[in-house]
Amino acid sequence: MASTMLLTTGRSTTRRTKPMRKRAGSAALTFITWVLTVGMFFPIAWMVFTAFKTEKAAATNPPTFITQLTLENFEAVFDRGFLVYLTNSFTASVVSTLIVMVLAIPAAYGLSVRPLIRSTDALFFFISTKFMPLAAIVIPIYLLLQNMGLLDNISALSILYVGMNLPLAIWMMRSFLSEVPGEIIEAAQVDGASFWTELVRIVMPIVAPGMAAAALICFIFAWNEYFLANLLTSTVARTTPPFLGSFVSGRGQFLAVLSAAATLAVLPVVIAGWIAQKRLVRGLAMGAIK
Amino acid sequence: MTATAIRPGRVENDGEVKPQRTKPVLTRRERKGLRLARALVWPALAAAIIITQIPFLVTIYYSFQQWNLLRPGDQKFVWFDNYVTVLTNGAFVSSLRATVVIVGASVLISLVFGMVLALLLDRKFMGQGLARTLLITPFLMMPAAASLIWKWSMLDSNVGMVNWALGLIGIDPVAWNTDVPILTIIMVLTWQYTPFMMLILLAGLQSQPQDVLEAASVDGAGPIRTFFSMTLPHMRQYMELSILLGTILLLQVFDPIAIMTRGTGGTKTLSYLLYERAFVGLEIGEAAAYGVLTVLLTIIVAMVALRSLFKIFKTEGTR
Repeated sequence: MASTMLLTTGRSTTRRTKPMRKRAGSAALTFITWVLTVGMFFPIAWMVFTAFKTEKAAATNPPTFITQLTLENFEAVFDRGFLVYLTNSFTASVVSTLIVMVLAIPAAYGLSVRPLIRSTDALFFFISTKFMPLAAIVIPIYLLLQNMGLLDNISALSILYVGMNLPLAIWMMRSFLSEVPGEIIEAAQVDGASFWTELVRIVMPIVAPGMAAAALICFIFAWNEYFLANLLTSTVARTTPPFLGSFVSGRGQFLAVLSAAATLAVLPVVIAGWIAQKRLVRGLAMGAIK
Repeated sequence: MTATAIRPGRVENDGEVKPQRTKPVLTRRERKGLRLARALVWPALAAAIIITQIPFLVTIYYSFQQWNLLRPGDQKFVWFDNYVTVLTNGAFVSSLRATVVIVGASVLISLVFGMVLALLLDRKFMGQGLARTLLITPFLMMPAAASLIWKWSMLDSNVGMVNWALGLIGIDPVAWNTDVPILTIIMVLTWQYTPFMMLILLAGLQSQPQDVLEAASVDGAGPIRTFFSMTLPHMRQYMELSILLGTILLLQVFDPIAIMTRGTGGTKTLSYLLYERAFVGLEIGEAAAYGVLTVLLTIIVAMVALRSLFKIFKTEGTR
């Protein structure tokens, strides 16, 4: 930690004369960083590797590091109707994210650019709904959906995900919107731009990257959600996480197929997260600090 | 404590002057603007109320009912009987303990690891971008997938990689899921949430004003002193935020418990207990009472934890 700070402070000053001791320390820190990185990533790398093994090779002790690779696990996963679960997950995530953004952008705009007198109260209310454990609201929702015949319905699940993600999206969008320089908006208003012109033509292009980050967070949380999906869907609207959960009582050899299913299930979100990683942080961090 | 994070006064403390937005007498234009702002917030507010608040009110109502789904005719209003039942049987206290231990340990350990990783990443080295990308991946993993992979591929007592690695250094295999279930859950949660903490803390480290740090180093402040007297105070709000968000997300945690331990061995958190009562025991009234208590406790625990934690930081920062 100590030498980290040394290096940080020295980052933009003198770089010409690096003492030997400092360079050795730097190499040691880089080595430690990589050891920790590999350690953290190992379970995921192992999952992907196992997905390509045969069941027999996957279930050996000591583990096999060199083996014949195969695609049969992926075939087996799709034979179990995996495409339906992926489609359901995709539908629920995309639909809920779209609704969330349509509700959150104007609301965040109202709360930041044109604040209400008691905007803090409204914002506090939104965030406090995030404190509510889903478990505390699921019983009435379950009974209501049961009475309406809407259990195992992907639209119902999507609507619930809207409630789940709305506070976070408003929080993030508000922080991005509050970075829009007030002069630009005032200039637009002086020029007589209508509210919608102002929002769509001037403000939204500026915050487009932030919007993408907020949407991605909502997508990730919806895609990964297990609790509601497990309780409220069964066959028709089953999403990927509860399908994976069904592996928990696996009998016999199933480790390779499980790894293949898990790899496919995490792939969309992992790739999207990799692409948007910088914005993701800023969105989360700025939300409360700005 | 959410209020502290969003209080406008906080922004002013950072030296940013907010324009005066509300004047005692509003012009017609301003009144129009205010009406518009209200109209903009309304749809989202309505959605939040309908989807989350009304069900919670219904949960409160249910919590006063004696109601088991297996005996539908037997439903009646029983005032606080469910709460008495819930508070007097041992399940509640032990699951409260499980929740506090699991959430508290996971949040704190991932905060510390996250800080270490953030400090390590906040320097120039070969493959920095790749290391960060690999390090954030556990947070992106679907929790159900992560739990299964840990349960069967990493921690299984026969073919698990962790036991194999321990075996290399001469440690006997451990039956993780059954012998040390609490530790197992904390391990998996820490693994998933360390990257999350790391990302927020890294944003904090990178927002440090470089010139001030350089000035400190010119004035002869050592790295350790610079860290404690400058970096740490600067990081306070980022650490607060990591703890706050981490606590909110982890209090809801359900997947690893449902998948790895099924609430055995002291891992029955409030969320899981409620699920069991409502959907296995079909005791609607009792489960609803758990739900109401969970919400109350969530708010209290989060508030108390955050308040006391930040007092410590405040006094250290000004010393």
